[in-house]
Amino acid sequence: MSAIAPTGPDRKVSEMRSLIASGKRKQVIFAVAGVLCTAFAVLVLIAAFLDLLIDGLPRLSWSFLTSFPSRRASEAGILSAWVGSAMVMLVTMFAAVPIGVGAAVYLEEYAKKNLFTDVIEINVTNLAGVPSIVYGLLALGLFVHQFGFGESVLTAGLTLALLILPIVIVSSREALRTVPGHIREAAYAMGATRWQMISDHLLPYSRGGILTGIILGMAEAIGQTAPIITIGALTFIAFLPPPPVSVEFPFLNFEWIRSEFTVLPIQMYNWVSRPDKAFQLNAAAAGVILLGMTLIMNGLAIYLRYQVRKKIKW
Amino acid sequence: MVSIDASVAGREPAPGSGEQLRIKAEARSLDFYYGTFKALKGIKMPIYENKVTALIGPSGCGKSTFLRCFNRMHDLYPNMRYDGEIRLMPDDVNILAKNVDPIEVRMRIGMVFQKPNPFPKSIYENVVYGLRVRGVNNKAILDEKAEQALRAAALWNEAKDRLNDVALEMSGGQQQRLCIARALATDPELLLFDEPTSALDPIATASIEELMTQLKERVTILVVTHNMQQAARVSDYTAYMYLGEVIEFGETDQIFVKPARKETEDYITGRFG
Repeated sequence: MSAIAPTGPDRKVSEMRSLIASGKRKQVIFAVAGVLCTAFAVLVLIAAFLDLLIDGLPRLSWSFLTSFPSRRASEAGILSAWVGSAMVMLVTMFAAVPIGVGAAVYLEEYAKKNLFTDVIEINVTNLAGVPSIVYGLLALGLFVHQFGFGESVLTAGLTLALLILPIVIVSSREALRTVPGHIREAAYAMGATRWQMISDHLLPYSRGGILTGIILGMAEAIGQTAPIITIGALTFIAFLPPPPVSVEFPFLNFEWIRSEFTVLPIQMYNWVSRPDKAFQLNAAAAGVILLGMTLIMNGLAIYLRYQVRKKIKW
Repeated sequence: MVSIDASVAGREPAPGSGEQLRIKAEARSLDFYYGTFKALKGIKMPIYENKVTALIGPSGCGKSTFLRCFNRMHDLYPNMRYDGEIRLMPDDVNILAKNVDPIEVRMRIGMVFQKPNPFPKSIYENVVYGLRVRGVNNKAILDEKAEQALRAAALWNEAKDRLNDVALEMSGGQQQRLCIARALATDPELLLFDEPTSALDPIATASIEELMTQLKERVTILVVTHNMQQAARVSDYTAYMYLGEVIEFGETDQIFVKPARKETEDYITGRFG
């Protein structure tokens, strides 16, 4: 058909076809550009991770996890660092979750829309962009000196809790907002009070999203270095805080939150700054652990989000 | 569609045939404002006990707004104001009064929404939610009430073997009947239906309509509908609303056969709307 010089409606069709073809060419160009951009981002990430792995993997061993830092690089381990990180994270979670979720519920469900809540809202959003060292300075003044918590696990945990509060609040609010209005109305129409509506419906239906936000916040917190240095974490520590649980009454022990500590990123920072190459390999190994923990947390967050989306379809 | 005609034909005693009418609720010069916009203007009309009253009228005429006054749904949103009264019998209380708790009103007056809105919980938990809110936690009572409500909503046979399944797995029509069961479980005095079948297919619609006709034995019903045939089929009384006013209120047969007002006739015959 197209071999013969087209006339009338046939010509219209051939014009249309060339138009479509030129549109499709643009589409292919954009697709290629998109793939290149994605590949660049992913490759950089993979390269950084591989670099760490190549340096750090040979040093990874059970004894690396169970040894205290040492002057001899081959004997040094990250026991005090990962235990410190875990304890600080525990404090962070217990502080950030109730405060963050509570604030989100208040802002979404209770607060009236007015200038005051608008200001709070802008503040919360902007807090997410405040440099982390500023939180460190605040904590140094407030927690270490004013409240006298000292350079302790408690201070570090609370500082990181402040740091991730915006993340927890913003993501919790988003999660609460995904519960559709007709579900709220259904609950109220049954005679539920506001709190019954929140506790029976809003929180259960949005817990996946809230949990995702908490985990992402924790993943952010575990890698923080600057604020922890600012509040005066130790860089060399050869003892563990007292254990939080014991076999004797009263079984729970809160001595550990007043204890001095170090965390993984600080241990890394300390090793990287040494001239000895062997210590830098230690730093890479600690980096692998830290990155692995972050990846696991992010993976968990993605999995939870997927599960919730699968389960609840509005 | 045949079954629908049959249910219309078989409708028991024609309203006004000498049986005693009792008023369940009554709007008295009710105004309602969204901000400065006056959405309802001086509405006066009774809702008769154990009857189905339909509100019809073009989109935006205020019929849903009027319906949502009855369970104080508007109180959930800012910048609104009621003026006038809705009196609820037998205790003759003005349910719009400032000193009347909207939660108390909602405990007495149930509602079924336009879109089926079951909670993403089990069928059983959906039905008993109203009872749980009222502090009932005795398993035997909950079981009994759940069965009663599901039977009344003509859902028991379909639901009895899957009470623990998530309600969202049911079909749209089943979900809407579940919402009706949920509202019935707490024995409301008045049940509000806000276009209950507009999201449903014709078969599900027919079953909901049949249900409404049966339910008026135990509960007074006020229904908003876009569908005039539906109003004619299910209701005993009809109010035609336009621009926030009740233009005409009367027995359904009279409204549809011999409307007193020209506007009503124009709307019903499709010349307007």
